Amino acid sequence: MTSYDVEAVRKDFPILERTLAGDHPLVYLDSANTSHKPRQVVEAIEQHYLQHNANVARAMHQLGAEASEAFELGRTKVAGFIGAGRREEVVFTKNASEALNLVARVLGDAGTVGEGDEVVISEMEHHSNIVPWQLLTERTGATLRWFGVTDQGRLDLDDLDTLVTERTKVVSLTWVSNMLGTINPVERVIARAHEVGALVVIDGSQAVPQIPVDVSSLGADFVAFTGHKMVGPTGIGVLWGRYDLLASLPPFLGGGEMIETVTMERSTFAAPPHRFEAGTPPIAQSVGLGAAVDYLSALGMENVAAHEQAITAYALERMQEVDGLTVVGPREAVQRGGAISFTLDDVHPHDVAQLLDSRGVAVRAGHHCAKPAHQRFGVQSTTRASFYLYTTEAEIDALVEAIRHTQQYFGGR
Amino acid sequence: MADASQVDALYQEIILDHYKQKHGSGLRDPFESEVHHVNPTCGDEVTLRVHLDAGTVSDVSYDAVGCSISQASASVLNDLVVGKPVDDAFATLDAFQALMQGKGEVEPDEDVLEDGIAFAGVAQFPARVKCALLSWMAFKDATSQALSTQEDA
Ligand SMILES: Cc1ncc(COP(=O)(O)O)c(C=O)c1O
Repeated sequence: MTSYDVEAVRKDFPILERTLAGDHPLVYLDSANTSHKPRQVVEAIEQHYLQHNANVARAMHQLGAEASEAFELGRTKVAGFIGAGRREEVVFTKNASEALNLVARVLGDAGTVGEGDEVVISEMEHHSNIVPWQLLTERTGATLRWFGVTDQGRLDLDDLDTLVTERTKVVSLTWVSNMLGTINPVERVIARAHEVGALVVIDGSQAVPQIPVDVSSLGADFVAFTGHKMVGPTGIGVLWGRYDLLASLPPFLGGGEMIETVTMERSTFAAPPHRFEAGTPPIAQSVGLGAAVDYLSALGMENVAAHEQAITAYALERMQEVDGLTVVGPREAVQRGGAISFTLDDVHPHDVAQLLDSRGVAVRAGHHCAKPAHQRFGVQSTTRASFYLYTTEAEIDALVEAIRHTQQYFGGR
Repeated sequence: MADASQVDALYQEIILDHYKQKHGSGLRDPFESEVHHVNPTCGDEVTLRVHLDAGTVSDVSYDAVGCSISQASASVLNDLVVGKPVDDAFATLDAFQALMQGKGEVEPDEDVLEDGIAFAGVAQFPARVKCALLSWMAFKDATSQALSTQEDA
């Protein structure tokens, strides 16, 4: 971690200098929920609105041309960042949830998934990668099947060959779990799925922000992710898809911008990506996301990943020194991302989060939109601390200290 | 918005006592109606039964999983409504709900709310109001259902 200067990085994030009630400095450990935004991203969005604002594609004036160019430049930057073969493979949505719904919807409409077919997901998915597939399989008469999770919080691939079979049409899997922190061996699953001719959707919402991603060599058919977790703005998500596949699929939503021509009898549709982008798109958000990937690239995703790994290892070690604290998920920093969910004996997560907040430590408590994963471990909810490129060891120390305070507060009174 | 003193106001001794020693916890017979309520944001859950006898709430039994605030409030609910005429119980419920939703500007009446006044600090924490109201809303729902089935009968 020689080249990575976390203190210098923090200077780009003014919000990290805030103090909260009781004069406690903010210790933000909720980046898996949403990350903070560096000055560079906010300024790019501000410049766009203040100097280049117009609608895209349909405006014939100079500002319209500037806005269109800025919007499409965001797409080019994102395509480069994830190693897409063509920039037209990047479809903008409003978030990862919409991207996953888009795939599930159009695969059903295209008849790719029908009665008697199977879709396979895992027990550790975020609800955004569960519900769209439940809706699809209910609508089409297909069956939804699930990968299990081991006691160690790893994806259980023992039954890979019996779960993913000739009947499987789609496998949709998270790359990095937002609750357990597990980094899944997606390549193995992709290889098996392609052996039987199934399509693979990867939920990259937690992966793209923290590990280097190259979709061209990954081998998946679709990858979904969301701007706000990768130092970008809210209101923009990405569906990357293989171009030939996107080109063969019907539209998602209907409206302006997604058509080739419209008559009263029928419409024909634009080529990807615009076919899937009905209406005024997230223009300033594309500019912001472009600035975000520039920011990440300047830091270097290898460095971001190494920092995440180091801080997670430190946190796992420090947190597990606390008696009565149980990590739910992998306990060593191997194939593991920077989200650590835990329980504390005799204190409910909601109360833990409240006490930590009174010390300025911001974490998340609840089911983290992963109820099946909580059920798997027999817990109703957990507290989750999650880290990112600006997290310091001193912040982990503050977390551990606040956890001990919480135990005293509820145990000692 | 929450420093140490506000947190102390939230976690009053009385609340922690009820949390550690819940009154009337567990599901019992007889009952006329049973409901299951959840708080979708944090996953707190309560299953709650109501037994009415000649216009009086003769038992409220419950099985709750959740944070200290939601658990303690179920315990206080049991204290405050069991043995009361349904109308009085509903008046207490209205008073508790007004306190919770009063953003800290409602002065609680100790004669009506007894231990329930300890929840005054919760009103300062919007995210916790739902926790405090969970079992009360379940009670309202279950009692209304019990009353309407009685009318039908
Ligand atoms: C793994 C995973 N998938 C999907 C999502 C959904 O992202 P969004 O809420 O931006 O649609 C999240 C974020 O909460 C996530 O962590």
